[in-house]
Amino acid sequence: MDYIVIIVLQLAVTVANLALIAAGLAIVFGMMRVINFAHGEFLMLGGYAAIVSHRAGVNLWIAMFVVAPLVVGAVGAVLERLVIRRLYGRMIDTMLATWGISLALIGLVTVVFGNTVSGISPPLGSLEVGRYAIGRYELLLAVVCAALYGGGWLLLRRTSFGLIARGTMQNRTMAAALGVDPGRVYAVTFAAGAAVTGLAGALIAPIAGVVPTIGAAYIAKAFITVISGGAAIIAGTLSSATLLGSINTAFAFAFSPVLGEVALLAAAVILLRLLPQGITGRFFRKSL
Amino acid sequence: MVDITRRTLLTLAAGGAAASVGPFYLRRAQAADAIPIAGIHDASGGIDIYGRPMINCLQLAVEELNAAGGVLGKPLNLVNYDPQSNMQLYTQYATEAATKQKAAVVFGGILSASREAMRPTLRRFKTPYFYSLLYEGGVCDRNIFCMGSTPAQTLQKFTPFVMKRFNGKKIYTLAADYNYGQITAKWIKKFATESGGDVVATDFFPLDVNDFGPTIRKIQAAQPDIIMSVLVGANHNAFYRQWVAAGMKNKIPMASTTFGIGNEQLTTSPEEQNGIIVSYAYLDGIQTPENKAFLAKYTKRFDDKADPVTEGAAMTYHAVNLWAKAAELAGSVDRDKVIEALETGLSFIGPAGKTTIDPATHHDTLDVYIAEVRDRKFNVLESYLQQPPADTAAVCNLRAHPNENKQFVIDVKV
Repeated sequence: MDYIVIIVLQLAVTVANLALIAAGLAIVFGMMRVINFAHGEFLMLGGYAAIVSHRAGVNLWIAMFVVAPLVVGAVGAVLERLVIRRLYGRMIDTMLATWGISLALIGLVTVVFGNTVSGISPPLGSLEVGRYAIGRYELLLAVVCAALYGGGWLLLRRTSFGLIARGTMQNRTMAAALGVDPGRVYAVTFAAGAAVTGLAGALIAPIAGVVPTIGAAYIAKAFITVISGGAAIIAGTLSSATLLGSINTAFAFAFSPVLGEVALLAAAVILLRLLPQGITGRFFRKSL
Repeated sequence: MVDITRRTLLTLAAGGAAASVGPFYLRRAQAADAIPIAGIHDASGGIDIYGRPMINCLQLAVEELNAAGGVLGKPLNLVNYDPQSNMQLYTQYATEAATKQKAAVVFGGILSASREAMRPTLRRFKTPYFYSLLYEGGVCDRNIFCMGSTPAQTLQKFTPFVMKRFNGKKIYTLAADYNYGQITAKWIKKFATESGGDVVATDFFPLDVNDFGPTIRKIQAAQPDIIMSVLVGANHNAFYRQWVAAGMKNKIPMASTTFGIGNEQLTTSPEEQNGIIVSYAYLDGIQTPENKAFLAKYTKRFDDKADPVTEGAAMTYHAVNLWAKAAELAGSVDRDKVIEALETGLSFIGPAGKTTIDPATHHDTLDVYIAEVRDRKFNVLESYLQQPPADTAAVCNLRAHPNENKQFVIDVKV
């Protein structure tokens, strides 16, 4: 019984992890169709923003929930203005440009903070389940992740900003004809995506630590999750994170962590062969 | 036979190439009174954390020798190359050091891959080569001297020590998924079994894994007495953090063969690191007059923010001094004479204790220390003097086969 409870909790944590690292990309790539190769570095910046401000005396929770999203959101806004804005609709060019940004950010952060791991211990202690235990902080991540996706859904569905954003992404010219400034909507959406990514990076930092090159460990998984999810960014990303996370956890428990990683990638390949439009290309088609 | 053919060809080719060789002779003539030597370590890139203290110690050793009058009355002219954690550059710089700079000796290499990239090049150009990091053992080549500890030297004492200290028999091993981790895991199993214990499970992790959640749950299910960490690099660092977060820190004690090589005592918090047991041929907590004097000099030269001295760094310091001693004994920096002098079983007493060259394997007999990590320091608990390189000696005998040139994969029988 304890074992089943702990497996379910571990599963929730793994799924939340995938959903968190993919959340910002779901906005930037899923919604705006901008292939952001610097997504991993946005996560890394979020981690550094939280750790550096915490070390400078800011309360840990404020550092994670306020400072990191603001810093990375601002970086995103500046990069959107300087680079991304000129490249909307030019996928290959965006890819090259964001790859360049990614390399530049890694270099810059290495120069400033050095090529070593920085970290803070996860707060909150652990939750005992019989002879098993799991970090309470990791469980908190699952809760925050659920809140983030729930909030995103409400924002997109129930607010006029959400409606305008969705409309602009669907038909830019029509939105402009109706008096919306598409440039502004794009800029705000990109900055929001960056801010969400910064938040995710900050939340993961106490568990994984940060190094300038840590983005490489996340970028592939983030893209796989968003692409496997398909067109509906919230339902799609959540369902693919659940599916891939479950497969990863099952194989990691049954065999080894290496096979868990292998199974995740293999599952994504098979999934895209069977459902080239992603999960929401066939299921949950009406969802968001 | 191949050698002779190649040499004959080279001799023939030399005539044709004479014109282009001209500038090199000029350069040598200008620097005739200094002995060129080379250091090839990563000062930037992904693994610079290992390289930086090694470069410091190389610098320090050379400056000390020069201040004391140099080697054979001539100053040493050290050139440091930075391969930027890139294996191709290792080969390129090894060639440059041997042919353009005409280095009398090369110190360098960090990962085994970098050593294996340089070793054939330096052998071909007859430039003696010192490799100072701990590694999996088995290199058999008369042109190289491997100064770091190998698994048999540390783990043979370390495994039973850990089992006794933590009063446990069931070990759970977590290892990095490449040759060092794989081989070390086998040695741990061998020595644990020999000491009446058992390795209940071994999990391997690719270097880019940083989520250890499922593994920690598996460990909780297996309930081992001891965790043995052979984890390597920045991503694996996350394990120590997640271990504490899961509340396991005070439940199952941990030992490691790798914690500290990359100065992990600075990248994890005391809460995460306190109590971990490690074993190396050098730790900055060694309480000998030699080590205290050495650390004082190191801090004075590089200030107290410099990277702490690791085993690889201390062994680099020993390597330079052993080479200098051999050159003095041989009366020359000629490769064959220096190697013969080293093969007399030269030894050097320094910060890491006594290091003696083992002529049959070109590894060394060294002192091994076991320490506990506490508040970013290593407190030495036990030392085992003069441990021979028994693993490499089982497969390599350069006395009997001086032309051997390979890295044996040592078959660990459990």
